Parts: sequence; structure tokens; C-alpha cells
Amino acid sequence: MSDETLHELDVRRQLCPIPVIKTQNKVAELAQGEVLRVTCTDPGALNDIPAWCRINGHEVLATEEGDLEVVVTLRVGAPSVAL
Amino acid sequence: MSEAVAPVTRPSADPLQRRAIALVSGGLDSMLAVKVMQEQGIHVEGVNFFTGFCVEGHTHAIRKKDKDKNKRNNALWVAEELGIKLHIIDISEEYKDVVLNPKHGYGAHLNPCLDCKIFMVNQATLMLNKARELAGEKGFDFIITGEVVGQRPKSQRKETMPIISSESGADDRLLRPLSALNLPETLPEREGWVDRSRLHDFSGRNRKPQIELARRFGLEDYAQPSGGCCFLTDESYSRKLADLWQARNERRYELDDIMLLKVGRHIRPQPHLKLIISREEGENRFLEGYRYQFTSLTTVSCPGPLALVDGRFESEAELEQAAAIVARYSKGRGDESVTVEVKDPGGVAREVRVAPARPDDIPKNWLVA
Repeated sequence: MSDETLHELDVRRQLCPIPVIKTQNKVAELAQGEVLRVTCTDPGALNDIPAWCRINGHEVLATEEGDLEVVVTLRVGAPSVAL
Repeated sequence: MSEAVAPVTRPSADPLQRRAIALVSGGLDSMLAVKVMQEQGIHVEGVNFFTGFCVEGHTHAIRKKDKDKNKRNNALWVAEELGIKLHIIDISEEYKDVVLNPKHGYGAHLNPCLDCKIFMVNQATLMLNKARELAGEKGFDFIITGEVVGQRPKSQRKETMPIISSESGADDRLLRPLSALNLPETLPEREGWVDRSRLHDFSGRNRKPQIELARRFGLEDYAQPSGGCCFLTDESYSRKLADLWQARNERRYELDDIMLLKVGRHIRPQPHLKLIISREEGENRFLEGYRYQFTSLTTVSCPGPLALVDGRFESEAELEQAAAIVARYSKGRGDESVTVEVKDPGGVAREVRVAPARPDDIPKNWLVA
């Protein structure tokens, strides 16, 4: 497992909770320690993706808020209980 | 790169701790239902279903004037407050059948509340069964919801509660902690996983017992139940959806259709043609994202809205009529003429010059709302 791998997810023009759902589904494909950078246009993602990370044990490395886009970078935590 | 399915293990050291899946909407009732279970030592994880009709931060995210409104997702916020995991599941595709063919019919509008609840509890049951298949007794034991007998006219009635239990397949693994004392005993109660005497007997539309229980739990900040959490219970939204079906001569929709019904002013000047006109900058930006899917109109000789054309022009006169309507909502509405750009989804554009429509030119019955 390398923490060097940077994965990208483009959820621009999608409204919450879709960015969260797509982040959740993408993270499920990744291994612990891998890094995912999510680009969104819904400003709500700036609250929702970090909240989702906190409750599911993933680490938010950075959030960036631009005029039109927000970017959340996270590191995948321990695998979750399968539901 | 991807790992095998994670082993399902109990996070608690207590091998006897029972586990429940909670349907979490983000409202107070499901929040309290989880609290009541946690108080009895049950491990709870939440599921939240995205149907496409959810009233979330969508409109606040789109509309600039709502920029300062809270944009949090209430289900996520509730999960964090409760310290539970939350799985958000996109059921928008499968949900179409619930909206289009509700076995138990609609409520006051196009809200198929009873079928919806059966569907969601069924989805949770499938998840529970899958987890039990993978991990046996170490999976999940039962499902909880925040349902209260008599609270909703369509789905939460004394006679519909057992229908939800049986038709969802959850049967007696479905527990409603806030209303349990009004309902037959369920498996978790019979097995002693849950102490029935510490469950509640809430019923009816009176919210005082919930507010009192929230106070007892020290919960002060929770989503107010204003207008429900689903656009289908909204009269204006339901009318727009019915109009869409009528115009297409068939009852079907795609996710983009139902998202667009949440945005802008909808005007139908022709049976086969509807304009979706932005009302402000935020909506303008949102509709921009659809210009590659729809023909669009925007004023170029003065500031004005962006409009998408749902349908197609059958004549030049129809195109000019649409341009005049768009000009009516622009800053040039008082001008003699306004230039409007008409762009097709492929990006090919041309300009037309039209006199802005006057208020009388747009009859009230063209407004779909």
C-alpha cells in the first residue's frame, strides 16, 4: 500500500449528496493510505465530504475553496464494516 | 489496488452487543430512534437513501440568495452528532418504479409515501441479510426507523405499519422505538436484546413528546420538520412532474429531469415546448451545465437570464416567441427590441432580435408551478 498514489474524482456540477455518494463509492475501491482528490462545484461538499470522512474514519488532508470550485483531498482510512 | 470485502467484525469488545441498521433521514425522529437504541447499548449504523427527490441543500447550493443558508447534509450531520457510521445509498434508478407505479397509490400529490417506506425498509433488509450472510450472528440483528403511528396521513398509520413490516420482508426485525408500545412486540423485544419497557408510545402529529425527549437527551440543534424531506410532497413540484409526463405522453423521467424541476421558472408556451428560465445568478450557473444537452437562449444586448428549451422548435415563430419570453425576464424588458442568442447543444449559435413579451403575452396557465 502506497500513500503516494493520488486518485482524482471529478464531481463538478453534481449536487449534494451525489458528490458524497461518489466519494464514498470511490473510496470503497481504494486501499488504506491512498489519497483521493475530489473536485466539486456544489459548495455544500465543503461541509459534507469532510463530515462523511470524520464519521467513517478517513483523514481530510486539505480543503480548498475557489470562486467556482471546491477541492477536498483525503487519505483513505481503515476499511469500513461492509453493509 | 482494491481490497477484498472487509471482515465484518463487532467494533465493541462485548460479544453480545446487538447491532441495528437505522434509516436516517436527517430529521428529529430518526435521530431520537437511534438515541433510544444507543441508550440500551445497541450498536447502530445508519443508512440514508438518495432518491433524487430529496430536499437537501440543493436549492440553497444553487441559488445565490441562499448562499448564507446552512448547506450541511442533515443526515451526515445527525450521524456525526450520534457518533454512528452512515452509508448513503443512491437508489435513484430503482426508485423510479416506486414513483411511477406505486402499488398503494399516491398521497395528496405525487408522493408515494407508503410504497417509498416499504422500498426503503426492503433495501435495509437486503443489506441486513447480506451482512448476516457474510458474518452470521456478527452481522446486523434488526432495523429501526423513526416512524410514529398516526404522524403521516399516508404511510405512518396504525394499519400501514404492519404492511411496511411484511411487504418489506423485514417482518419482526423492524422496530420503531418511538412508537413500539403502540405496536406488536418485535423480535429484538422478544429476544430481550431491547427492553420494551424503555421504548415509547408516541402517536399522532403532536411533536411535543419528541421535543421533550430531545431535551432529555440534550439535543438542541436538529432539523425542523418543515415541509418534509421529499419534493414529491410539494404541490408545485408535483405539478411540474405531472406536466412533464403529460408533455411527453409517457410517464418516465431521468435524474436530470427531476433535478431541473427544482430550478428556475418553468413556462410552457407550446404543448411540446417548455422553457426553464433562471431567476438569478446561481441558477444561471447551474443551468449553464446543461447547455450541452439542451438548446439554450440568452440575451446578448442586455443582461438577462439563461433559458433551457425542453422540447424543440417546430417553426421560426415558436423560436421567436420563446426569445420574446426570455427577453421579458431580462434587463431589456422595457426596450423596443432585445437580441437573443439561440445556441443548440452542439454549440452552434445564432442571434434573433425580438420585441420583449409584455405581461399579457404570457398567460398564467403557461406558468408550470
